[in-house]
Amino acid sequence: MIHPATFAFAAALALFAGVAQAQSGAAEGQNIAFDRGRGNCLTCHQIRGGDLPGTIGPELKELKGKYDRNELIAIVTDETRRNPLTAMPPFGRNRILTEQEIDAVVDFLLTL
Amino acid sequence: MHARHIFLSAIAALVGGVLACVAASAIAAPDKIDPAADAKAFQKYFTDKFPQVKFEDFVNGPYSMNEDMRKQWEEKEQFPPYEFSLEAGKEVFATPFGNGKTYADCFPNGGLGIRQNYPYFDEKEGKVVTLELALNRCREANGEAPYSYVDDEMASLTAYMAFTSRGKPFDIKIPNDPRALQAYENGKRYFYTRRGQLNFSCATCHVQSPGERIRAEVLAPALGILNAMPIYRSEWSGMGTISRRLVTCNSQTRAVPLEPQSDEYRDLEYFLSYVSNGLPISGPGARP
Ligand code: HEC
Ligand code: HEC
Repeated sequence: MIHPATFAFAAALALFAGVAQAQSGAAEGQNIAFDRGRGNCLTCHQIRGGDLPGTIGPELKELKGKYDRNELIAIVTDETRRNPLTAMPPFGRNRILTEQEIDAVVDFLLTL
Repeated sequence: MHARHIFLSAIAALVGGVLACVAASAIAAPDKIDPAADAKAFQKYFTDKFPQVKFEDFVNGPYSMNEDMRKQWEEKEQFPPYEFSLEAGKEVFATPFGNGKTYADCFPNGGLGIRQNYPYFDEKEGKVVTLELALNRCREANGEAPYSYVDDEMASLTAYMAFTSRGKPFDIKIPNDPRALQAYENGKRYFYTRRGQLNFSCATCHVQSPGERIRAEVLAPALGILNAMPIYRSEWSGMGTISRRLVTCNSQTRAVPLEPQSDEYRDLEYFLSYVSNGLPISGPGARP
């Protein structure tokens, strides 16, 4: 289910070190987070580099100090497990994003 | 397909859960349906959350929540964008049908100053009757084809009827009839049930998050949310009926919209109007 463009991109970058690979995930993750048809996280969150953010959720910043990778995956996959009343859609549980896409989004979150 | 299946079974589980609770509570302490207490608590939630907003102001939707938008709106009201629709509605309302009768013959008080009493519960039919539905029934009873519930003709008629009722407080009655109570309760359940791929209920946006921005739009509070209908929306470059707004909110959140004037939407409108009792009709409205 990897998008062909993503695959080519990732394959090209595989020549570089692991750091570079994480960055490519982060770039793709940013696209997904900003794209209205996919993550559309900007609808609710202010995010560095994004236009017209909403205010329903908190600004997404300095997440690295707050959560580890697995915690972020859990939040994006199904935040209702942590907070049953949350407004945040369960991106993994309802298959709004695939596991790979969530992985990339979390790479991006870890750069904020 | 797979995602859709999972999502449908999630809904089934949820509805099942709700029913199980209803059944359980019917056996234990019967959880009485108490619309009057609901309305009081509902209104208190909003007045506590927004102590700076005057009660009558909740009917102004996003404008009650945001000072900058309010200023732009007040300037716009000098030349209201719904004027054209209002004029058209007034004219259509007065124009006789093929059989010589008019809309005035179908409604109490000739149809003027009555918007605040809709929807009502029709004890003969055993169902909720909204103003949009009553207008189409009037047309059909007089041999005319019904209007689309989401198009301009219907919006201009309801715009005119709302205009003649401006300032009159919503006065929705729930007769002492178990079917009326059930209709109210169904509307309430619809309002609070999460649905669609994004897992939103109406309340997620209009109870939990009024005043917040969702991208560039400011969310209206659920209290008084129907008082300004129908609305002119710049984003639509045109008018929208209540039906149009409900369908749009459902489909924009990737939920499957219902048929306009389906039982669920009628019940939903009954619930939302009832809990806004006391707030003045302000339609037609204008929105960004
Ligand atoms: C409809 C609103 C909405 C959307 C869309 C949304 N979120 Fe959220 N998000 C929230 C809310 C509200 C919270 C606050 C915590 C809660 O409600 O449990 C939150 C919390 C978070 C947190 C925890 C932040 C912290 O500082 O504790 C992260 C991380 C997050 N969201 C990531 C995302 C990502 C990534 C996306 C898109 C793929 C996204 N959100 C889309 C509403 C949303
Ligand atoms: C994810 C967010 C979201 C959900 C869920 C949602 N709406 Fe909305 N709704 C909006 C937005 C955005 C607008 C336009 C801005 C505004 O007026 O609130 C709106 C506007 C409205 C309006 C017009 C209010 C006005 O003053 O202009 C009504 C009525 C309404 N919604 C009812 C509902 C009902 C009933 C449901 C559930 C079936 C629902 N909405 C679900 C986002 C939502």
